[in-house]
Amino acid sequence: MFAPGATVRVKNDWPETRGPVHVRTPHYLRGMQGTVVRHLGSFRNPEDLAFARPAPLRDLYHVRFAQPAVWQEGCSGDELQVEIYEHWLEPA
Amino acid sequence: MDKDTPRNHHDLGGVSKFMCEAVDTTPHALTDFDKQVDAIRGILGAKGIMTVDELRRGIEAIPEAEYHRLSYYRRWVRSMADILLQKGVVTEAELRAALEAG
Repeated sequence: MFAPGATVRVKNDWPETRGPVHVRTPHYLRGMQGTVVRHLGSFRNPEDLAFARPAPLRDLYHVRFAQPAVWQEGCSGDELQVEIYEHWLEPA
Repeated sequence: MDKDTPRNHHDLGGVSKFMCEAVDTTPHALTDFDKQVDAIRGILGAKGIMTVDELRRGIEAIPEAEYHRLSYYRRWVRSMADILLQKGVVTEAELRAALEAG
């Protein structure tokens, strides 16, 4: 579990290159560092549900990112908040 | 600025060619086709044959050119056909025969 305020990094992983997948982590956040805002609950892993496989519960978080670092545009203070599952996050 | 990544084609966030296009928010009526597709989706779910999670995965798997060409509900029907074929619920021959019979 990550606590609010924890600094995390989105895994720089590309399961798309390994075969058919369903992934909820946007491509533009892979490898980016952000801050956990809140725990949203635990939900069946959509990556498994998409293939009708047994789907374990996964923790979901709101994670906030500084927008200029993501898209090389915008002003300091601009932020982006995205829902990301725990198995996509690592401590940073 | 676009990142050079092996993203899947439906993963459109932040991709410059899809930015700054006005969204058509004009209300529009559903067609009979749209309603039929939604009804079939409902029956497949109620009978436990296929879930919306699988529907979404099937939509994402539509080849890129076709994905952008198809309407919202045509993507649904394409996904449902693909998933039912993959799961062996219907065979290609059965589907073809049904389409030819109209």
